Amino acid sequence: MVSVVAIFVDGIVYASWLFVIAIGLTLIYGVMNILNVAHGSFYALGAYSSAWLLGKYFLFGLPPSGSYLLILVAALLVGAFVGILVERCLLRFMYDRDEVVIVLVTYAVFLIFEDLMKLVWGVESYMPYQPRYLLGNVSVVGLPFVIYDLCLVALAVVIGALAWLGLNKTRPGKLLVAVIYDREISVAMGINVERIFTITFVIGAILGALGGAFTAPLIAVSPGIGIEIIVLAFAVVVIGGLGSIEGAAVGALIVGLGRATAVHLLPQAELFIVFAVMTLVLLIRPHGLFGKADFRKI
Amino acid sequence: MTSKNRTLFGVSFALVFLLVAENFLPGWAVNMIAMSLSSGLVILGLMVIMRAGLVSFGHGLYFGLGGYGAALGAIFLGITDAFLLILLGVLASGTVSLALGYVISRYRGIFFALLNLAFSMLLFGILVNSASLGSTDGFSIPAPSYFGYVPSATETRVSFALYGIVCVLTYLAILWVHRYLSSTLGYIGEAIRENEVRVEYLGASVRQSIMIKYTISAVLAGLGGALTVLLVGHVTPEDTVYWTRSGEFVFVAILSGTGHVVAPFIGSAMFELVRTYALQYAPGVWQLLLGGVLLIVIMFLPNGIWSLIQRFNRQR
Repeated sequence: MVSVVAIFVDGIVYASWLFVIAIGLTLIYGVMNILNVAHGSFYALGAYSSAWLLGKYFLFGLPPSGSYLLILVAALLVGAFVGILVERCLLRFMYDRDEVVIVLVTYAVFLIFEDLMKLVWGVESYMPYQPRYLLGNVSVVGLPFVIYDLCLVALAVVIGALAWLGLNKTRPGKLLVAVIYDREISVAMGINVERIFTITFVIGAILGALGGAFTAPLIAVSPGIGIEIIVLAFAVVVIGGLGSIEGAAVGALIVGLGRATAVHLLPQAELFIVFAVMTLVLLIRPHGLFGKADFRKI
Repeated sequence: MTSKNRTLFGVSFALVFLLVAENFLPGWAVNMIAMSLSSGLVILGLMVIMRAGLVSFGHGLYFGLGGYGAALGAIFLGITDAFLLILLGVLASGTVSLALGYVISRYRGIFFALLNLAFSMLLFGILVNSASLGSTDGFSIPAPSYFGYVPSATETRVSFALYGIVCVLTYLAILWVHRYLSSTLGYIGEAIRENEVRVEYLGASVRQSIMIKYTISAVLAGLGGALTVLLVGHVTPEDTVYWTRSGEFVFVAILSGTGHVVAPFIGSAMFELVRTYALQYAPGVWQLLLGGVLLIVIMFLPNGIWSLIQRFNRQR
């Protein structure tokens, strides 16, 4: 019983964390058809900037409750900055290129950011543990859980709800859905697709940075964190269906619960199980559980 | 001279040159040549499928299978002969690619790339958690013998026997692939990239052609992996199967271009050379350099550095 609860809560926490990171990736793919390897850099940039700012913040002994706001602001600023930079200065010249070539372009961006981050923040690791430590623990059927981790679940729910409301209930959101369905007709109907692309990419980058910024208190922020996360995020969005928001949620839940089960029952299979699910989904439903198959164009 | 004869002549000359030059070159240069030839084989394999418009983000899988096949044969089967070990590695990657190629040949574009990535990460997941194989640290293999000849253990440089094997096998692979690519089955690759449906209407099986290309490319990657592991004497999951390695292969393939069978080896030699110097003098900006070069190549040289050589040829 106890281990079932532990697996469940761990799985949900892990899934929420994955969802926050993967939703930006799937959004960018859905709208722009770009499988963005640089999303791993956005995540790492978010983590680094929040870890660095938190270090400074607690050094000056400012009120600890403000640190949560600081994480949010750091993610917004760095996400918006690099999002605009990458989309405006590079990606917009690549839209007529093949999908696979654009993946390589984002891979190049990823490589560049890997070293830039090392140049800016050095190679030693940052551990901004305070925000997580300050909230304390809570006991669920006798098992202690960190409240900060549970707050990640709330964050994922809020982001998911905002994404759903934004896409379905607002005018810009509906324009976005129109672009997802048919880019050419949207242009013909007078939608400024180029602007929608920029906005989508920036939102995606902010979400990636947000994922990283809120992860910073959980881990040691060090070089290479983006490398690990990007394949995991790929697995999540592929399982759910590239470009589908609901898919990202389901994919995150499957990977999260699957990994938590493996960690508790069969730790050796931790990484294997994630990619086993990804492979299975690709074999049985290549467009993911929620993705729509498109017709092959002649 | 026809282009076929010119390739044969050029490659044969290069083989003789490399074999003779071994006597005069310092150890590090011999090592670097052997390393770039063996990773060039992987790029050659990638080139075969890239001609058909398919890019794999998981060729580390076959590189790793080749490497681990050879290494496991040395450790668990007690095989010391280099030829048998290489054969074992090639067989491992070839067999797996036959099985996986059956399903992978239905996939195109981004899904082809991702399914390959998924398979390679599966193997990575198994390897990093196999304590008996040293997990992330990998394991070392003893120095191989060559038809009974055992190089003296005091030698610090790559043994001439192994260097010779690498050069000769690369030579044979280049000629084999060149022959294949100028056959009907080889030309179908470009046709598939341009228009699959027409290929089917003209009476060729797209799926079968892709399966053959996929297996060829995996065998070459496995050969490259086995040779690399024998050269290094050590094998780890992160240096063979992980996605960063697969990404590096795709990088060099894009850099080289798919214009000619020799292009992968020029690209891979340049890569190896730049890496050696960059890691020595500016280790902090190595990836920055890679990313920048990749962007420049994609933007200004869509057909890789081979297009520069082509342009030079045309002007002449």
